[in-house]
Order: sequence, then C-alpha cells, then structure tokens
Amino acid sequence: MACGHEEHLIARRNFMGGLALMTGMAGLAPTALAGRLKANSKRMIVIDMHGGLSQLESWDPKPGTDTGGPFRAIPTSVTGIHISELLPKTAKQMHHLSLLRSLNTKNDDHGKGTYMMATGRRQTPAGDYPEIGAVVSKAIDGNDRALPGHIKIRPSGGGGRSADSAYLGPKFASISLGEGKAPENTACPADLTEESSKHREEFRRALNDTFLERRRTAETDAYTQSYEQAQEFVKQRDIFDIAKEPEKEQKRYGNHDFGRHCLLARRLIEKGITFVQVRHSNYDTHNENFNFHIEQLGEFDGPFATLVADLSERGLLESTLIVVLSEFGRTPKINQYYGRDHWGKAWSICLGGAGIARGTVVGKTNKNGTEVTDREADAGHVFHTYLRALGLKSTGNFQLGGRKMPMADPAFEPIKELLA
Amino acid sequence: MTDPKATYVAVDYKYEAPFITCRFDPKGRYVFGAAENRAVVRWELATGNQAVLLAHDSWVGDLAFSPDGGTMVTAGYDDTVMWWPVAAEKPEPIRKVKAHEGWIRALAVSPDGSLLASAGNDGTIKLWWMADGGDVRTLEGHDNHIYSLMFHPSGEYLLSGDLRGNVCQWSVATGEKVRTFDAKALWSYNAGQAVDFGGVRSLSISPDGKHLTAAGLYKAENPLGAVHEPLVLRFEWETGKLLVSHTLAGQKSVAWRAAFHPEGFLICGSGGGAGGHLMFFGPEDKPFHTFKMPDTVREFDLHPDGIQIATAHYGKTVRLSRMAPKPAAPAK
Repeated sequence: MACGHEEHLIARRNFMGGLALMTGMAGLAPTALAGRLKANSKRMIVIDMHGGLSQLESWDPKPGTDTGGPFRAIPTSVTGIHISELLPKTAKQMHHLSLLRSLNTKNDDHGKGTYMMATGRRQTPAGDYPEIGAVVSKAIDGNDRALPGHIKIRPSGGGGRSADSAYLGPKFASISLGEGKAPENTACPADLTEESSKHREEFRRALNDTFLERRRTAETDAYTQSYEQAQEFVKQRDIFDIAKEPEKEQKRYGNHDFGRHCLLARRLIEKGITFVQVRHSNYDTHNENFNFHIEQLGEFDGPFATLVADLSERGLLESTLIVVLSEFGRTPKINQYYGRDHWGKAWSICLGGAGIARGTVVGKTNKNGTEVTDREADAGHVFHTYLRALGLKSTGNFQLGGRKMPMADPAFEPIKELLA
Repeated sequence: MTDPKATYVAVDYKYEAPFITCRFDPKGRYVFGAAENRAVVRWELATGNQAVLLAHDSWVGDLAFSPDGGTMVTAGYDDTVMWWPVAAEKPEPIRKVKAHEGWIRALAVSPDGSLLASAGNDGTIKLWWMADGGDVRTLEGHDNHIYSLMFHPSGEYLLSGDLRGNVCQWSVATGEKVRTFDAKALWSYNAGQAVDFGGVRSLSISPDGKHLTAAGLYKAENPLGAVHEPLVLRFEWETGKLLVSHTLAGQKSVAWRAAFHPEGFLICGSGGGAGGHLMFFGPEDKPFHTFKMPDTVREFDLHPDGIQIATAHYGKTVRLSRMAPKPAAPAK
C-alpha cells in the first residue's frame, strides 16, 4: 500500500513518468506480462482507402451506363466476377478474396463514416465505442502479450497512443506509426552500453521490488506493465524496420509509401502483431475522379495484390483476415468537374482470408449503381462478420469491471454468405 | 469582321449525355462532340441533322481530321484509335488500331495530312501513316501521362505536353527531342492529398509563329475539391522564354484549351466552379473580354470561318457562338 505521503507520491510519479516518457508508452492499463502468441492465433489487416474509394472504379463497375464513367470491367481469377480495369493485379488474386457490393450505411460524412466502419456503430453522445483493432486485440490477445497488438500505419503524423479503444482501456489503443516509422523514444541511446543497460535494469527492478513489497496497487501494476511492454518494444524495435527485409522484397512491394507500408504490415503480422491498419490516401475525388483513381489505384493495386499473394504463399492467409474499406463510396452521378461526390447509399468493400468465403460476391446494386437491390448491409453487419471470420463469437461480451459490454452491436448479425 | 466583344450564343445542339470535347471538320460543314456515353455525335450545321458514331469501348478523348476534311480520327480511353469517314450518312469506322496501353488523350494530324500522332497515359508518342494506319515510329522521353499534342505549322516539329508541365519539341524527320519548354507552373503535387495534378491541357502556336502557349491550371490549393485557377503560359518560340502568364484571378476553373485566332488574339475556354467562360487575350496578361457561358465549358474549337466557336458542355449541349454582332430581328 502506498504510504500516501504527498512527497512520496510526487517522487514516485516523477520517477515512473520519466521512465514512461523515455519509452513513450505512458498511461497503459494494468495487465500481466505477455507470453507468446499461439501459433494459430488469428490476425487482421485493414487497408483504409481514406476519403471514399469509388466502388464504380473498383469493386462494382458499371461500364457502358450513364454512371459508369470511362473505365471498363475486367475478368478476375474467379469466373463470373469482374472488377475495374484499374485493378489488374488484384483481379488475379480474387480467388482469395470476396466482395460485399450492397453496403448502405446511409451516411455521407467523412468523420461519421470512418467511425461507423471502424466500430460497427453510429456515434452517440453517450460515449465512444472501441474500434475493430482494439476489439480484436483484446479478444485475441487478452491481457497476455508483450508487444502492443493494435498498430496503425499512416502516411504521416507522429507516433503515440490514440483513444480508439474507448472503454477497453489504453492497453488496446492503437499505436500509430507515422510514415511507417517506429514511434519516437524507442531507440536506445547510442551511448548506453549493453552492460550499463543491464545494470540499470537490475537496479530498477531492485528498487521496484522493494517499493512493491508494501505499496503494490493497480496503478503501480499499470506503470510496471507500461514500462515492461515499452522495454519489449525497444528490444523488438527492429520489427518495425522494413530495411531489415531483403531488398528484393522491398522492390516487389514498390518504392513508395503504400508499398513500404504493405510490406511493413506483412512483417508485423509475421512477427505476431494481431491487428495492423494501413492507410492509403486520398480518394475524396470530387474533382477529376478518373485521373485521380488512375493514380491512386495504380499505386494500390500492385502492393495489395503482392500482400495477398505473399500471405497465401506463407501459409498466413488462413489465419489473417484482410479488409479493404473506406468511409463511404462515391456518387454514381458524375459531376461537372469529372468528379464523384460522397455516397453511402450503395457501395462496396473487399474482404479475404481467415474465415471469409473465397471468390464470392454478396449483394447487388442496380444497373447504374444508384440503389442496393439485394442483401443490403450496414456497418454493424460487417463488424459482426469480421469477428466471426476471426473465429470469435460476435454476440459475446467483454467483462469489464463487472459489466458486460457487447463485442459488437447486438442489433446486427454476421453476413453469413460471406463466411466460409 | 470578328468582334469578340459581341460574342453571343447562336445555336444549342442538345444530346442525352455530357460532352467532353468538340471539333469542327476542316471544311466547316459539321461539328462533332465526344460524349460521356462513349458516342461521338455529329451535327450538320446547315440542317441540324444529327448522326451518332458509336464504336469505342470507352470515352473519346480527342478528335482530329485530315486537312482535306475527308477523314476523322478519334482517340479513345480504350487504347484504340479509329478512322471514320467525315461525311458518310451513317459513319462506321474505316480502321481500328490498338495504339497505346491505357488512355489515349491527344491526337494531331500533320499539316500535309500524311502523319497522325497519338499520345496518352503510357507516356509514349506514336506516329502513324494517316493513309493506312501503319506505324512510323515511337517517341519516348516523357515519363508521365501526355495530355496534349500539336504539329508545328511548318510540319517539321511535333510538340507534346504532359501532366508534369514538360512541353517537348520533337523532330518529325528523326524522332529526336530538340528541346523542352518549362511549363511546370501548370503542374502541382499536393503532398497532403498525395496527388499529381494539372498538366498541359492544350498547346497552340500564334499565326506569326512567334509564340507558343500552354494552357492548364495553377494555384491548386485543393485539387480534389476543384480549387484552382486557369493559367495560360505564353512562350517566345525562338528563345523558349516565358513572356506572359495569362490569368483570371479568383476564377475557380481550369483553362481546358487556348488557341490562337488567325487575327492573332488568343481564345481560352475555361470551366469549373466559376462556371464556363470564353476569354479573349491580347498580349497583356489579363483578358480584354470575357464571355460567360450558360454552364461549364470543357473544350472549344474555332470554325474555319473565324467567326463561330463550338463549345462542349457538361450540360449535355454543344453550343455554337458567334464572335460578331447579333443580327437584328427581322421586322414584323
């Protein structure tokens, strides 16, 4: 028990806070130290096509119609499934993937759409819901892992924890890798030798052990866990460094950020990280939609197809769920700027791996893509489907402080046709 | 006598789909419009009769004609170039050639009518015999999408403009690149949106051969949101030096095309958030006259008579305007 003396409290906070700052991992929830992941643990990769990928220029083309635009549809490796000609390499991997063409999220707002697709729920003033990465990390990893299980790779921005785990606690919040780099303050100082580090660590443990003999609390457990997870992070920092991958691999994925980030995602999955999200910008093409989709999907197609093929060849696809999503689709109507605008009424996502059926299309839209005509689905259905594909009971609950918190919105259920 | 300041809309040719580009045939009998439903629509000016030419598997990005007005060539976003008879009652393609990988954005026919040049997203320029579609040579040197082509009036050179603001001058005889004009003001890379944007949308040479223009946009603060302004760069042909930047401050649009009138002034068609405009420039940077069109202009062409202008509109219309005073209404 803490003695409660104010000076001791301040001294302890400064001491632990300093350590936490050095490692960049302040504020994590209490947990035991990690064991190793089970060999057959499921994992998830999300590719976030930020801004609103056009379903008409990707998964649900309508060539030759008043809304189809200039691109043609091409056959894929699955007879009867056609996708946009902008995705020739992905088309060859369609036998590993499936499409949901009947999303109607009834939302055209970036923020609301992102939230909906990440949490499976609408935003409410009552509170926040955890994102899929936090849910998956908690459900699969539990409290038993050394490294953080929820990673987001972004084209820019800094590192550090975000608040996307809501009531699941900061342990399951994502760590952002801005520009795909490891967070700051995770490299050992150059002038710290291994022997010095070992002595420091022994001294720290000795001090801690003495302190904890009489003053152990949930808070001290939190600091301990933070520090030790951060230590593990520092020890395994190399897993975030794709320069450690052979040059041939780096070339296969492409000499641009998205290619590097897809390779990093594969690397992290191979090293046991449970959830990785990669963002690709920018699909918010109100202007010159076709020119920009040529450029953006031209960059997306190769690395994504390579990632899918690699996961399959390495025996990881059976245990890895891949999702390509956006916050909404784009209007069938082409505007005066050759653009398409926000459209949540009839759009598509792509899924594959893990418990997802292979080479399947679920849902349909009408001739020019203005309405869903079959198997309408909401973000809530999709969220359930992710969990089920990962072998989780999507109708189950987390037990948090004596309360049952549903893993997914109970108003929905999985899309069974998408499940193997 | 041409009077740009008296410009008025004389005729609307309506159709079922928005238009991408338009051209008159060299004899001035017809106006052709390429539409978003893959068709090219032909109107006979004397009668208003319409014919629909439908053979491409995607949108048509450009049209070009043999100087004698007998043959039209269309460039598709379906990798294919097609030859057509201009005046047939129901035109069908004479020839189809898979010319490039990806979009073909620009065509040009040499002044003597012997050669056709095509270019687009694969970054190559190809020369073909106009008579039989046989290939002559491929010009390589651009490393990004090619947006525009034109033959120098002498026939000795071919000019090409790309997305990143390079205007290349090529020897037609040898295929060698002679020089590059720096039109990079027409290109922007927006790091926040991670997109290349802009490009040399059109090229034009003045009647006296002294000036070259490259048209497009600049001040692209928000490419994905169409926040940019039109820009036409005027170069001195002999030295390659930039002489004037023609602008229209505050007008959110793109200069889709700029072309010299035989009388020496420059016409520019622009379209965007500010609507559609025809702008008329002298040697000064600002236009001496601006004519507002009913809706956004995507392209235009000048009739051989030097008076009529055809404009292609998003509003499913090809319009004919006249740069001359409107005739008085007949007395009742």
